[in-house]
Amino acid sequence: MGEILRQNLVSPVALAFALGVLAKVVRSEFQLPKEIYVGLSIYLLWAIGLHGGIELAHSSFDAIAWPAAVTLAVGALTPITSYVVLRRAGRFSVSDAAGIAAHYGSVSAVTFIAAQQFVKGVGAEAEGFMPTLLTLLESPGIHIALAIGAIKTGAQGRPVRETLHEVLTARTMVLLVGGLVVGFLMGEKNWAGIEPFYDTKSAVFKGALCIFLLEMGVVAGARLGDLKKVGPFLLGFGVLMPLVHGALGVWGGTLAGLSPGGATVLGTMAASASYIAAPPAVRVTLPEANPTFSLTASLAITFPFNLLIGIPVYYRLALLAAGQ
Amino acid sequence: MPTTPMRLVTVIAEPVLEERIIAALRQLGATGHTASDVRGAGSRGIRASDPPGTCVQIQVVCRDAVADAILAHVAEHYFEHYAVIAWTSAVEVVRGEKYQ
Repeated sequence: MGEILRQNLVSPVALAFALGVLAKVVRSEFQLPKEIYVGLSIYLLWAIGLHGGIELAHSSFDAIAWPAAVTLAVGALTPITSYVVLRRAGRFSVSDAAGIAAHYGSVSAVTFIAAQQFVKGVGAEAEGFMPTLLTLLESPGIHIALAIGAIKTGAQGRPVRETLHEVLTARTMVLLVGGLVVGFLMGEKNWAGIEPFYDTKSAVFKGALCIFLLEMGVVAGARLGDLKKVGPFLLGFGVLMPLVHGALGVWGGTLAGLSPGGATVLGTMAASASYIAAPPAVRVTLPEANPTFSLTASLAITFPFNLLIGIPVYYRLALLAAGQ
Repeated sequence: MPTTPMRLVTVIAEPVLEERIIAALRQLGATGHTASDVRGAGSRGIRASDPPGTCVQIQVVCRDAVADAILAHVAEHYFEHYAVIAWTSAVEVVRGEKYQ
């Protein structure tokens, strides 16, 4: 375990992230221009979608049915466990608890990508249909948490249709789902022509990921000052909740027949917290919820925790679950 | 060149509100608007945006009545829960008839 952890800590993505945080801490002027940040995120998501679509074309319905069902179950359960813990143990207001739960019920695509790279690195590559599961996990958690918040606050809320439209038409979903469909349709021959650029195992992809992680470090580093504001409970929550959800994802994934690599990635997805899809949806639907809580927890606590420590832990759990 | 006195309304808001504010101000009689990405921080801390921390600045040149209606609308709907500031200033525009 110690060796896997050490290897993960010196991986290019982890070090790039750490450098980004350091740059922010020492108040360096370094910052990725917004256009490059957005451009890179488009490239990463579009590549994940396309490559996932090609791999999906190779997968049988039988292979994907149980993992998909487990993914949806995890997506429905994690917002509820988060809400209950935040409300009962953390004494958060209904809006704040539901707002944070929406972030933890959804998934962070960058954490997913890091997990994919990790399992490839240790020679336990995940199933090719994992990006499909990623798209399944993105949306349900947000809606369930927002529904809890709307019901409990008695707020008239927004029509579900509006939130659904917003989440499903966001950049992430268009690129991921669109990429899956395009990749699925194009076939091997066409894929061969663009593979060197979009292959998620390629040096191009990994290089782009490293630049993106630099900026993620800067963004997370900018939130470090807010750690004092959110209090010790949320600090503990941001580490322990991912471990519980991660174990749940690993266990469910293994039961559904996923390889240790696949179970690791599903566990990581369950453990991760969204900071792109969830924030605007929560902001508009539950305006009383304080975004400092949810964004600081997901960006400054859970994201670095999963990236640096969580992923190797979920991998270890996946090996245990597989009896290895 | 002859100029006409008008009001310039500036609203700086969280990006999630951009579409809603623009739809409202067009409904309130604004004949156009200019929006740009800006950065900043205020009493409410972080903005829920991607990348986090960006805001949108929306500007409208309009008649007095429209400017007052926009300010009232923003105050009523967004001041309580969102990071929003708004102000107006007096401007002299050319082709004043465009804003009627």
